[in-house]
Parts: sequence; C-alpha cells; structure tokens
Amino acid sequence: MGELIAFIILAVCLLGSALLVVTLRDIVHAVLCVILVFFSVAGIFIMLNADFLAIVQVVVYAGGVSILVVFGIMTVQRIDIHNSNTANSRFLVAIPIVAGTFLVAAIAAARNIWTPANVLVPENDIFYLAPILLENYVIPFEAAAILLTVALTGALLLVKEVKGNGNKS
Amino acid sequence: METSLNPSYFIFLSAALFAIGVYGVIAKKNIIAVLVSIEMMLAAVNINLVAFNKFFTPEAFIGQIFAIFVITVAAVEIGLGLALAIALIRKRGTTNLDDFDWLKW
Amino acid sequence: MVEYALNHAWLVPLLPVLSFVLIVFLTRPLKMKRLSSFIAVAAMLGSFVIATAIAIGVFSNHEFIEKSMTYSIRWFGMEGLNINVGVMLDPTSAMMIFMVTMVATLIFIYSTGYMKGDPRYSTFFAYLSLFGGSMLGLVISSNLLQMFVFWELVGLCSYLLIGFYNYKVSAREAAKKAFITTRVGDFGLLLGMLFLQIKFGTLELAELAEVVPMFESLGVSAGMLTLMVVLLFLGPIAKSGQFPLHVWLPDAMEGPTPVSALIHAATMVVAGVYLVGRILFLFVQVPTAMTVVAFIGAFTAIFAAIIAITQREIKRILAYSTVSQLGYMMLALGVGSLAASMFHLWTHAFFKALMFLAAGSVLHALHDKADVWEMGGLIKKMPITGWTFVIGGLAIAGIPPFAGFWSKDEILLVTWEWAQHGHAIGYLLFAFAAITAFLTAFYIWRLIFLAFFGEENPENHPHESPLNMTIPLIILAVMATVSGLVGTPWANVWGEWIHYGEVHHADPSYILMLMSVVLGLAGIGLAYVLYHKDANRVWVKEFARKYPALYNLSYRKFYVDEFYAWFTKIFVDGTAKEAYWFDIYIVDGIVNGLAALTRGSGGALRYIQTGKLQTYALVFFLAVLVISVVLTLGKADTIALLGGVR
Repeated sequence: MGELIAFIILAVCLLGSALLVVTLRDIVHAVLCVILVFFSVAGIFIMLNADFLAIVQVVVYAGGVSILVVFGIMTVQRIDIHNSNTANSRFLVAIPIVAGTFLVAAIAAARNIWTPANVLVPENDIFYLAPILLENYVIPFEAAAILLTVALTGALLLVKEVKGNGNKS
Repeated sequence: METSLNPSYFIFLSAALFAIGVYGVIAKKNIIAVLVSIEMMLAAVNINLVAFNKFFTPEAFIGQIFAIFVITVAAVEIGLGLALAIALIRKRGTTNLDDFDWLKW
Repeated sequence: MVEYALNHAWLVPLLPVLSFVLIVFLTRPLKMKRLSSFIAVAAMLGSFVIATAIAIGVFSNHEFIEKSMTYSIRWFGMEGLNINVGVMLDPTSAMMIFMVTMVATLIFIYSTGYMKGDPRYSTFFAYLSLFGGSMLGLVISSNLLQMFVFWELVGLCSYLLIGFYNYKVSAREAAKKAFITTRVGDFGLLLGMLFLQIKFGTLELAELAEVVPMFESLGVSAGMLTLMVVLLFLGPIAKSGQFPLHVWLPDAMEGPTPVSALIHAATMVVAGVYLVGRILFLFVQVPTAMTVVAFIGAFTAIFAAIIAITQREIKRILAYSTVSQLGYMMLALGVGSLAASMFHLWTHAFFKALMFLAAGSVLHALHDKADVWEMGGLIKKMPITGWTFVIGGLAIAGIPPFAGFWSKDEILLVTWEWAQHGHAIGYLLFAFAAITAFLTAFYIWRLIFLAFFGEENPENHPHESPLNMTIPLIILAVMATVSGLVGTPWANVWGEWIHYGEVHHADPSYILMLMSVVLGLAGIGLAYVLYHKDANRVWVKEFARKYPALYNLSYRKFYVDEFYAWFTKIFVDGTAKEAYWFDIYIVDGIVNGLAALTRGSGGALRYIQTGKLQTYALVFFLAVLVISVVLTLGKADTIALLGGVR
C-alpha cells in the first residue's frame, strides 16, 4: 500500500515536471524543471531497489548534465530569455504522434500477463554490481571509457575551431 | 518488501515520459530545449530498464548494468551536443532550429 | 619429279603468293619495276611447271578417276567441328591448275608489254600474283571453307584490279559494283555452307560426297536439302555472272585488258562453275534444283547473246560473250554432265583469253579507242593480232576442227539427251542453246568484220604490238585450235577422265554435229553479208532506225541496271528512311524520355529535403509508430483498424 502511494506521488511529480519542461516559455525555467525530473527519476530508482543507480543519476544528470546545459544557455542566449522556448509550427502534428506512442506502449503492456521472478534484489547491490561490471562486462566498460575520452577531445576540438578567426592557436 | 506493483505501472510511466520527450524533440524551437528533451527520453528508458531488472532478473543485475551504460552515453552525447549547438548558434546568431537548414535542396 | 609435285601440290598456289609478298615488300618500294614483273612471271612459270608435273602424274594413273588424292592438316576446330587445310588432286583439279597456270603465265608475259609505262606497274603485278595464288588455292581446296576463303580472296583481287585505274570514276564504280554484287551471292553461299556443316557435320568434299547421298537417314528432309542447294547456288550465280547477277561483268571491263582476260574470261568467273561441279553430288539429289540450274544457264546464254549483238565497245562484246558462254557451262552442269561443262570451260579459257588479249593489243595500238565502228581494216597493219583473233572467232563459232566446236557440240548433245530422257523442258533449253550458238557466231564475226576488215579509218595509226604481247597470242591460238581434240566423240579421252556418274559412251550424233556447224556458218555468213559485203552497213543502220524498241532492248541490256537502281532507290532507301525515323523518334525518344523523367522527378522530389531536423524527426517517429502498431496488433487487426474489409 505504501509502495503504491509512493509510486503515485513520484509519478505525479515526474510527469508534472516533464510537462512543464516542454510547455514553459522560458528556457531557464524549463531547465530547472528538468532538474526536478531527474530527481524524481532518482526517487523511482530507489523504489526499484537500485540505490547505486539513483546516486549516479543524481550526480551525473542533476549535477553534471543540467549544470552543463545552464552554462550553455548562459553562453549563447542573447535575446529575450522569456520567450526563448516557444513551440514551433509542428506542435499540432506532434500531439497525435505522441499520444499514439504512449498508447501503443500502454496497450501492449496492459495486455501482457506478467510472471515476475519473485526474488528480491540483493541489498548491497554495489557489492554485486562491481564484479559483474568489471568481469562480465569489462569490454563494454572499457569501450565506454574510450568513448568518453573521444567525446571530450571532440568537444574541445569543436569549440576551438569556432573560436579561431584566422588565429590558429 | 512485498509489493503489489507490477511491471506494467512502470511501463506506463516510462512510456509517458518518453512520449513527452518526443513531443519536446519535435515541437520546440530552441535547440537547447530539444537537447534537454532527448535527455528526458533517455531517462525514461532507464526507468524501463531498471524496472525490468527488479521484476525479472534481480540477481543478475542486467538491467542496472545496461542503465549505467545508458547514463554514460547520455552524458557523452549531451556534452558533444551542446558543443555543437554552441558552435552553430554562434555561426547563425539564432537558437531557432528551423534556421539551421543549410542541408536543404 | 612427278611424285614430288603430287605430294607438294600446295606449292602451286604458294609461289604466286610469295611473289606477291616479295613485290609488295621488296621490289615495289625499291622501285624495281622490271624485277617485279620478272618475279611474277617466274613464280607463275614455276607453278606452271609443277602443275604440268601434277597433270602428268594424275593423268597417267587411272586410280585418280575414282578416288582423289587428298591430304590435309588440321587448321582449327573444337567439339564436333573440324576444319582442315588441304589439297585435293583429281583429274578435274589437275586440269584446272594446268589451264590456270598456263593462261596466267601467258597473260603475265603479255602484261609486261601492255602495262609498260604505267606508273603503278609493280602494284599491278603484285595484285596479279595475289590473284593467281588465290585462284590456284581455290581450285585445289579440299574443303568448302578453304574454298570460300580463296573465293573471297579472288573477289578482293578482282575488286583491286577492276579499279586499277583509280583516277577514273567509272572504274571505281565498276569495282564497287563487282564486289557488292558478288557479295550478294557470297551471302547465300556462306549460309548454305553453314547448313551443310550443321546437318552433315563436315565440309570436306570427299566426306560430303559419301555422306550426302544418305541424307534421309541423317534426318535431313528433301526440303531442307533443296534450301541448301538454292543457297549454295547463289554464290555461283553471282560469281559466274548468271542472270540476274550478271550486271557486274560487263562493267568490269573498266580494268586493264590483261585483267579482263585473266579474271573475267578464263579463271575467276569459272570459279562458280567449278564450285557447282565440285558439289554436283549435292545437286543431283535435288532434281528440281538441277532443272533450275540448267534453265538459268540456258537463259543467261541467250539473254547475253542478244545483248551482245548491238554492243559497240570491243571489250563489252567479249564480256557479254563470256556471260553467254558461262551460261552454256551452267546448262551442261544442270543436265548432269560434268564432263561437257568442264570441257567447255577448258576450251573457252583458251579462246576467250586469246580474244581478250588480241582486243587489248588493238586498244594498245589505237590508244584506248574501243568503239568497233571507229575501227576498220586493222588486219592489214596488225596481222598477228588479227589472224589470231580470227582463229578465236572460228573457235567460238564452233567450226571444226577448232576447240569450241567439240565442246559446244558436247553440250548440245547432252542437253538433247537429257530432254529425251523425260525432261520436256530440255527441248526448250536445247532451242535456247542452238539459237545462242547462231547468235554467238554472228556477234563475234560482226566484231571481226567491223574491226579487222573493211575500210581503214584514216584517224587510226595502228601498229603491231611488240613480241612480248604477240607471242602469248600465238601460243593461245595454237591451244584454241588443238585443245578440243582431247574430247572428240570418237576418242573421248576427256570424258573418261572427268565425269560424274557413268561415262558417256554414246554414239557420235552426226546430225547434231552437222547442225551446229550449220548454225555457226550461218552466223558467220549473216555477219559477212551485213557487215562486210554491205560496205557502208546501210541495212543494219536502217533496221536499227526502223525498230528502235528492239534495238534499244538489246543495246540497253534489257534495262536490268536501271531496274536495279530503281529498286534500290525505292526499297532500300525507303526502308532506310523509315528505320532512321524510328531511331530518331522512337528509340531516342524513349531514352531521352527516361532521362527527362528522371530529371523531372528529381526536380520535384528534392523539395522533400527541407534541411529542418525536426521535420525529419517527425517523419521518423511517425514511421516508428506505424511499424510498432502493425507489429503489436498484427497485420489483420491493423487493416481492420484502418477500416478495411477483411
């Protein structure tokens, strides 16, 4: 019972913030709402016994990604902040598509008969996650590391080229 | 803990978040808003993964591992995406995605 | 020596070809004219010696009558196809190479005098040598494909030599006409040969002779065999100037006279007759084809003879005479007598070459004036030329004991006998042949009386030709006299050696001999009356004026050339115009239309690429949605969902 209430509160928070993100006219407000979305997602992760993942979510998304986005906005937004996030001409077409997407997934899920494992997630999940990550999935792990390195270098390169105005530094 | 929740609740939730993200990608003018919506979509996917992990493979942690990788890639993508977006905005002077149409006929 | 010659018969065509190579690469570039002709004459003389040895070898060994001596080596081939290069020696081919080399040697010697001073002297002898080699190669070929190769080669040499005076438009046109007309025939010949190879599996003459009589057991129907024969016969029709493909022969007189003598009298034109003779075993299986051959031959004979009686140029008269005599040879083959046909071929070679060379002598003396009406009394100043021509005229008119009498009589005899043995049409053909004999004597002696006798034309300053031109004339005149004696009805040596089927051992028909002599004398007599006694030839001129239609039919060669020109213009050009229209509008239209369609559609479709990312994303998601709906709900439900009837 308690679970259900927790779920409902978290769900409302999540979907409400998400709706606010896509409807608010002011981009800075939208970004602030997205931080709220990320926190709600972390809450849901905790509900699902994925505590490590919840912390990672908060640290990376709410702490990293969102700050990055805010910095981005501050760097480039020159004009009218209050009207910077309006909807474009496609929004009427988008609504049916979006509704359709949700409906398809929902109908498919509702029709299904679930047979859950009925085993609890182990308590100390980091203890179990680490060996799996570094033994069974070591190659994707290393690949992800390389990916991060490449992305970092790439981002630097992109920004650097724009800055050079004949000045090849 | 005993739970009366079954996976379908979480699928609804994740689907709804995803749908909202799709709306943001299609129907927003600002580039940065589009990027943010993409992040929301990825978060929805993560919810889905972790839910399935809890209900079907709790001891093998498959869903959580997968979700870790998704978070990694999402972070990478937002970093690069923002760099690109900043470069583009500087060139054009506008954040309206409809103005970035050089690759047309 | 004889043994060597028999086993190395391929030397006979090789020597002239070597001479050709030497002249082209050595003596002509070095401008050694006399050496060129010397090499050519020497090579041909060498071939003559070898050919004589072969002839001696063949005609002293009776085994050759039944079985020819054939040797060959493999040229190329694959599964089911074997083409050899080989030599076939039997009485017919031995006779042919002997005759060809002899006549060719004499003509080569003659040419040293006739072509003296011509700027392209060496080239002429090169071409002549190549021709000699090709003709000899044709004659001793052991299979049809090899024969065809040489057939085409002689056609090529004919083209080169007819158009030798290439500064004259008429010569160039005549060369083209000759080549193209014979090409029409070669097309049929090649198709026929292909059929033979496919149906009988071989082109070797010796093998075909054995296999063809069993054609029914090999699954070849009579109709198919008739088709083969008809196609094969097209070649000889064109090459031997039978009606309707005779049109190139008279125009071929544009070439130098030695060329006319060699190619268009004695050797190349008889290649067609020779080919038919070689594959007679095929023709006899289709009796209808034989009748057709005979009819075409007889018709050509009389047709050409009628044209010859009004012609004015000396060489044209002789050209039509050649066509007519070739018709005789074809007639003989059609009634089944290889012996008579080859016999006439043999005698005709000598007296026709003689008459052509004599005509050349006249042209040389009168600086190429060719109209006989402008000549006269030449025999006084050119006795050797004149009297040898008279001998030739007696031979062709069929007066004994000259050669033409025996061969022409033989042809009349076999035609009469063929008619007697149940072929009613033979009587008609006999009549044609007889009338032609009369006309032949008439037109030749018309020529003789107009050109050699009568009043001299004061404008002409003739002189006798030099020795290198008159000696061949004399030798040929001797041959024209005696060459017929090998085939007299009382001692038919010829018939024993060269025949197809059974040997013809009939009693000599004195009535027929008498009749042919009478016809010949009548022809000479009429010519004498009209052209000699009537010094001003008043009567003939009156006749021509009173009956212009008849005169024109003859003089204008029955308008055959005009008909061909009209036909080409209407059908060939017309078809070409239609094809051109089709190509421009329809074929090009389709291709250009496709291109225009691509361009147009591209031009319209490019507007889809707006460059706007979110539009693309929209389409993406829409597609994903549709696909997921179809997959989750299943196809049938989706269609029902969309309102379809299912």
